[in-house]
Amino acid sequence: MDKMNFLFVGVGGQGVLTASDIAAQVGLDLGLEAKKSEVHGFAQRGGVVESHVRWAPLVGSPTCEKGTVDALVAFELLEAARWVDWLRPGGTVVVNTQRIMPMSVTVGDATYPASEAICEALERRAGRLVRVDGLTLAAEAGTTRAINTVILGALSAVLDTPAETWEEAIVRRVPAKYDAVNRTAFRMGREAVG
Amino acid sequence: MQQIGEESIMKVLLSGNEAIALGAWEAQVQFASAYPGTPSTEILESLSQYAGVRAEWASNEKVALDAAAGAAFGGARALAAMKHVGVNVAADSLMSLSYTGVQGGLVVVSADDPGAFSSQNEQDNRHYARFGKFPCLDPSDSEEARQFTRLAFDLSEQFHCPVILRSTTRLSHSKSPVEVEMPQEPRAFEPLPPFERKPDWYVIIPATARRRHPVVEQRLLDVAQWSETAPVNRIEWGDRSLGIITCGVAYQYVREVLAGYSILKIGLTYPLPKQLIRQFAGQVDAVAVVEELDPFIEEQVRAMGIAVVGAEPVPRVGELTLAKVRQAALQAAWPVEPAPELVEPVDEVALPTRPPALCPGCPHRAFFYNLRRWKKNAVFSGDIGCYSMGVLPPFEAMDMLISMGASVGMAHGLKKAGSAENVFAIIGDSTFFHAGLSPLANAVYNQSKIIVAVLDNRITAMTGGQQHPGTGITLMGEEGKRIEIAPVARALGVEHVWELDAWDVAGINQALKAAMAVEAGPAVILVKGACVFTPYFHRRPVVEVDLETCTACGSCFRVGCPAILKSDETHPKSGRHKASIDPLLCTGCTVCLQVCPVDAIYQTGGSE
Ligand SMILES: Cc1ncc(C[n+]2csc(CCOP(=O)(O)OP(=O)(O)O)c2C)c(N)n1
Ligand code: SF4
Repeated sequence: MDKMNFLFVGVGGQGVLTASDIAAQVGLDLGLEAKKSEVHGFAQRGGVVESHVRWAPLVGSPTCEKGTVDALVAFELLEAARWVDWLRPGGTVVVNTQRIMPMSVTVGDATYPASEAICEALERRAGRLVRVDGLTLAAEAGTTRAINTVILGALSAVLDTPAETWEEAIVRRVPAKYDAVNRTAFRMGREAVG
Repeated sequence: MQQIGEESIMKVLLSGNEAIALGAWEAQVQFASAYPGTPSTEILESLSQYAGVRAEWASNEKVALDAAAGAAFGGARALAAMKHVGVNVAADSLMSLSYTGVQGGLVVVSADDPGAFSSQNEQDNRHYARFGKFPCLDPSDSEEARQFTRLAFDLSEQFHCPVILRSTTRLSHSKSPVEVEMPQEPRAFEPLPPFERKPDWYVIIPATARRRHPVVEQRLLDVAQWSETAPVNRIEWGDRSLGIITCGVAYQYVREVLAGYSILKIGLTYPLPKQLIRQFAGQVDAVAVVEELDPFIEEQVRAMGIAVVGAEPVPRVGELTLAKVRQAALQAAWPVEPAPELVEPVDEVALPTRPPALCPGCPHRAFFYNLRRWKKNAVFSGDIGCYSMGVLPPFEAMDMLISMGASVGMAHGLKKAGSAENVFAIIGDSTFFHAGLSPLANAVYNQSKIIVAVLDNRITAMTGGQQHPGTGITLMGEEGKRIEIAPVARALGVEHVWELDAWDVAGINQALKAAMAVEAGPAVILVKGACVFTPYFHRRPVVEVDLETCTACGSCFRVGCPAILKSDETHPKSGRHKASIDPLLCTGCTVCLQVCPVDAIYQTGGSE
């Protein structure tokens, strides 16, 4: 593998930016150039978070072009549907099936589509759709805050890259006392991919 | 981290902002000051981590620049960082500094926001360099951000003038590899030598200004001469049927979309290296300019009599992207790869939008819940901060907002011009210290009957939680002196000041009523409650809805809390959904509990 475009999306507070930081570092550790770029304007207030990661021998733009994303990594179901048109035809979607209600739904102006309807729409567009129940797995691993590690585990399993490179990059990034939890969460995410 | 070449150089992924901080530190910066503003904020946050630098938050951008100027007059290397609109606030001093010149290097970082991701406009601050007649450097990735920052200090000292280092959101908030020397040698803070007086430079009375102006003009010519051979401007020869002049992040898009063509990459975007541009233009069949926002370089190139292909094919609005550059190239018939095949957007189901909302527990909520009840006979002059979300549903209680601190002046003018309505100004604590003090003095002085609501959440929340004079804690984490807002308002001559608990729904409403009844002069309502992201915020037991009692009246939905959801249970008569509360999101602030007319919401015992 010498070239990858990732798009990480989710909701503020889910750990999207940390996950994309780690993915960029993995690219560098694999001996490639890596860049990442994020938009997090209102992230703290429950807005959408978007982060691009690119690996290549030489990377120009820090953002991907619509239609060239090899892997869409969505931390939330609705956001997967919103961003799936960035995927290249045949690209992979890794989606955490968690549903986080936006204000437009809670105040009653809109409805959140059924999970199955969203997954079917994703299935129709993605070359491969990987669903992960990040919340449950992270809780099993020891803390719901490790959702992003679970998702990285799943992502690493769909890519042709050594698991250790990911695991080491994760462990270097998180505080030492969460070392064990994150290693468990990573492996659970990896194993969740059939 | 990856080791390259010599043992001591490490390749590290840094954001543009972190790289600017690193470059400044490597350049031995002694003093740095800033007022937070996206996308510039992390520059000072990062710089404050290095030893040997005094880094601080200023109360506004002009103060930050003035402080940096003083340090530079004293011979220190100094940096002031701000978002693009912050330069407007600092511009008065910036223009004069061009004339006074400096002793120590003075670098002004302007972080522009093409795309207006978090700003009120998309102004292109390269114009400031031309306006003020000093150099502007425009890096295009983190490594260049580091190198150009170092260069900016050198240039400032070589030519005795301020230098603008221009970043953009895309540069500031992207990470790319930077070469870092390891280990970083710790540096001690060095006191300054005795002040070297130079009133014929630094005291810009008219006589000095007239004498300095020719110096400024000559300096521009000198810098332009320097830039002709400076490595920051470079030609990458390729296919000569098209030559593209570009700068900043746009260079990255050009490098990818128009790979193979000749490129003149401009690092110093003002003043331009005209001979180099002519030489480049003379050796390619056609010249194109690709730059973000205004045709800043393009107009100057055209003015040199050089034909530029395509009638402005590159969009002037919004951030550039690979797709936009590709489209512009295709439109102008420059041979490039066609746009990639696209996957259809999801249209089988409607996708609800995800607008930002005040956080669960936010101290601004009860105020806006009350304010909107008085909307019929009131006008709301707003300001910038998290509370700007008061314009959104369910509150829709903001009628104007233009710039930091403007709420108070606008309210005053509207009232003075004869408005018969109750005129409110709504301003946050950080914004109050930034630009709210002088308009409040003005309202007292000219006696307008306005109501100024200061929302004191003890932080600069909008930009991610920075300290300010009202918190008393410095950027370096030291306990400084905290300035209380109520005594300040009284000292400025405000006779009616109410201080309220931010989560006391009825109390706030009473204060609003009392303030509207004030006969003369401005009144101040100080709403005090810490942002949920501060250590001062107290989480309380979560609340729950008793579905038996809930009548599905919808009152609690109107507090706009993300923790209040629609339950599956509906009211048998109206068919409307009853409320439920997400225990993971609820902070126990009790605002919904207070507005429920049938007491269906109650506080649970546990789960602190
Ligand atoms: C001149 C200028 N400087 C900085 C900013 C960035 N900015 C937007 S709101 C804000 C401060 C908000 O703090 P505060 O008034 O305390 O309100 P809060 O967000 O805490 O509710 C800042 C620094 C800006 N928009 N304009
Ligand atoms: S960050 Fe703080 S001030 Fe801003 S919406 Fe959230 S709680 Fe309110």
